[in-house]
Amino acid sequence: MPYNVKEVVGNKPSRFTAGHRMCAGCGAPPTIRMIMRALKPEDHAVVAGATGCMEVSSFIYPYTSWTDSFIHTAFECAGATLSGAEAAYQSMKKQGKIDNTTKFIAFGGDGGTYDIGLQSLSGAMERGHDMVYVCYDNGAYMNTGIQRSSATPKFADTTTSPAGKVIPGKMQSRKDLSKIMAGHHIPYVAQTIGYMNFKDLYEKAEKAIYTEGPAFLNVLAPCPRGWGYPTDMLMQINKLAVETCYWPLYEVIDGKYKINYKPANKLPIEEFLKPQKRFKHMFKPGNEWMIEEFQKEVDARWQDLEEITNKN
Amino acid sequence: MSIRERLSGNEAAATAMKQINPDVVAAFPITPSTEIPQYFSTFVANGAVDTEFVAVESEHSAMSACIGAEAAGSRAMTATSANGLSLMWEMIYIASSLRLPIVLSLVNRAVSGPLNIHNDHSDAMGVRDAGWIMLFSENNQEAYDNTLMAHRIAEHKDVMLPLMVCQDGFITSHSIENIELEEDEKVKEFVGEYHPEHYLLNKKEPIAVGPLDVQTYLFEHKAQQAKAMINAKKVILEVAKDFEKMTGRSYGFFEEYKLEDAEIAVVCMNSTAGTTKYVVDKLREKGIKAGLLKIRVYRPFPAEEIAEALSHLKAVAIFDKADSLNAAGGAVFEDVTSAMYVNQKNVPAVNYIYGIGGRDTKADDIEDVYTELLEIAKSGKVENPYRYFGLRKGGDKNAL
Repeated sequence: MPYNVKEVVGNKPSRFTAGHRMCAGCGAPPTIRMIMRALKPEDHAVVAGATGCMEVSSFIYPYTSWTDSFIHTAFECAGATLSGAEAAYQSMKKQGKIDNTTKFIAFGGDGGTYDIGLQSLSGAMERGHDMVYVCYDNGAYMNTGIQRSSATPKFADTTTSPAGKVIPGKMQSRKDLSKIMAGHHIPYVAQTIGYMNFKDLYEKAEKAIYTEGPAFLNVLAPCPRGWGYPTDMLMQINKLAVETCYWPLYEVIDGKYKINYKPANKLPIEEFLKPQKRFKHMFKPGNEWMIEEFQKEVDARWQDLEEITNKN
Repeated sequence: MSIRERLSGNEAAATAMKQINPDVVAAFPITPSTEIPQYFSTFVANGAVDTEFVAVESEHSAMSACIGAEAAGSRAMTATSANGLSLMWEMIYIASSLRLPIVLSLVNRAVSGPLNIHNDHSDAMGVRDAGWIMLFSENNQEAYDNTLMAHRIAEHKDVMLPLMVCQDGFITSHSIENIELEEDEKVKEFVGEYHPEHYLLNKKEPIAVGPLDVQTYLFEHKAQQAKAMINAKKVILEVAKDFEKMTGRSYGFFEEYKLEDAEIAVVCMNSTAGTTKYVVDKLREKGIKAGLLKIRVYRPFPAEEIAEALSHLKAVAIFDKADSLNAAGGAVFEDVTSAMYVNQKNVPAVNYIYGIGGRDTKADDIEDVYTELLEIAKSGKVENPYRYFGLRKGGDKNAL
C-alpha cells in the first residue's frame, strides 16, 4: 500500500503520547512518534532508551509517554541492554514461555550513539540481534547543554567548541556513522529525516523493524536550543538539510547502497547554515573560507555516496 | 543420591549454572573467570541447556545485557573477575536499583593497577555497597552450593536483589577438589521456575523500567532497596534450611570453627578459611584455644550475629584480602569492629591486610597472627590495629 500520511496518522494511534517534556521545535519527538507508528498495531515492542533528552523528558517517574514496554539503563548501553531483552525473547520463545510477537527498538542521541555508546551498538549489531537501533542525531550533547560530539559538524559553535577569537568553533569533521554501521554488513542501514510528510522516515522505519536481524537508522533531528533556529522552523530546517545534500537520504540493503532522493536543484550550503546561530560566526566578513570549506566537504561526501551507489 | 565428582571451582560454578539452566547468559572473558563462560558455551553448543548465550564485547555490555534480559522476564546470569567487575560498576548499581535478581559468579582477582591476574578481594570490595547480596565460598563445594541457593534468595518477593557468589581466583577456581553434586532433577525442583510479577515482554501489561527519578522519589526507592537487603537475611537462612534438607549440608551467615570455647580467633572469608582451620587444629593440639569465624554472607552484613559470636573472645584478628588505603584498615575490619561497637562487645581487635595480588597465604603467617593475638589477649591492648602480613622480608612484617 502506498504511503499516505493522513491514513497512517489517522488509522494508527500514537504509541508515543503527549505530555512528554521535549522542547517545542525539537526534531526528535515527531521522528520517534512516526517510527513507532511503523509497528504493526498487533505487535508489542520493547523500546530501549539511552540516557539523553528523549529519556529524561519522556519517562519521569511516575509518568511515561511510552505505551509499549520501555527500558532505560544508562548512557552508553542502549544497544547492549536491548540485545539482552532480545536474547531473553529468543530464549523464552524457543522454550514456549511466551507466544506474542515483540519487536525491539533502541533510541539514542548522537552522544549516546556516535560516541559513548558506539562500542555497545557495534557489539549488538555484530551479534545479529533482531532489533533496530535508531540514532536521533542532533549533532551535540544537548541534554547536558550543547557540548560537541563526534556528530557535530565542522565549525559549529558549541559550549565545548566555542567560536572564540583564536579557534572558530569545532575544528574537526563529522564522523560518518551510517557508513560505519554499513561496514558491519548488517541487513539494513538507512539515513533519513522527517521530510515530505515523513514518507521516507516511515517507510525506512517499517523496513528496519520488519527486516530480520539488526538494522540501523540514522535520523537527523534538529535541536532549536543547540542549533539556534526559531521553533516553528523545524520542518524548514529538515528540508534544507536534504536539499543542500548536507543530510543525504539513502539506504544500504544487504550491502547495496541506494540514494533515495536527489535534489533537482542542489541548494548552496549557506541556505542550511544561515538560519542557525551555531554557524553565525561563519558569516562574518573574512570568514568566507569557512563556508567554502564546509561546501567542499558536503560536495565531496555527496560525490562519494554517488560513486558508491553507482558501483552497485 | 549425591554424585561424587572432582571439579575445579570454575567447573563447579559452570555445573551449577548448567543445572539452573538460565534463559540468558551474557559474559566476557577475563582471567580467572573465563572458564565459566567457556564451559557454559559448550553446554549451549551441545544443546545441554535452553540458554541464549550472548558473547558480548565487554563486561559493561555483559551486565547491561543481563539487565535487559532480566527486565524482559528471564533469568540472566554472568561471570567475571577484577577489572571486568570494575567495568560493570555503573551497571552493578543499576541492576540492584531496578530490583533485578541477576546472579553473577565473581572469581575474585586483584583490580588493576598495576596489572595482576591473581587473587585478592579488591574487586568484590569495590562493589560492597552497591546493593548486591554477596556470598563468599571457601572451596568448590561452597561455590556450587551458594550458586544453587542464589536464585531462591535473589528472586524471593521480599528481596528481589541481584546476588554474586564469590570464590578465590586460581586458589579455588583452578584447583580440582572432591565435590558432591546434586542430581539435575533435584536441582531443578529446588531452584524452581522464575515468574516475575512485572516484565517487559508481557504484552498484556507493558511496563517502563529505569525512569528519571527526581528528588521527590529517589530517596524512597533507595529506602526500599535497603529494606530488601534487611529482608534478605531471613530469606538466606530459610533457603539454607531447605538446602540442608536436600543435601545435608548446612549453611548460615557464617561458619564458626572451634569458636565456641575459643579465646582468640581470626575472621576471614573464602579460601583462607581452609588454611586457618589447619592452623587452628595445630594450635588446639598445643592447648591454645584458637578459633575461626568464616564469613559467608558479607552483604547483607550480619552485624549483630557476628558481634555476638565474637563477644566472648579475648582478642580477635580480622583479615582483609584488600586494602582500603584509608590509613585506618580494611573493609571487613571496619564492618566487624563497627558491629561490635554498636552491639557493645568490647573485644580487642586487630586488622591484617594480606594476600594482595595472589601473595601466598601461608599457615606459618597465620600462626604468627595467633601468636600476636595471644599477646594482645594478655595485655588487652592493641598498639597498631592496622597491620600487614606476608610482605616480603625487608619490609616490616607487622607494621606498615
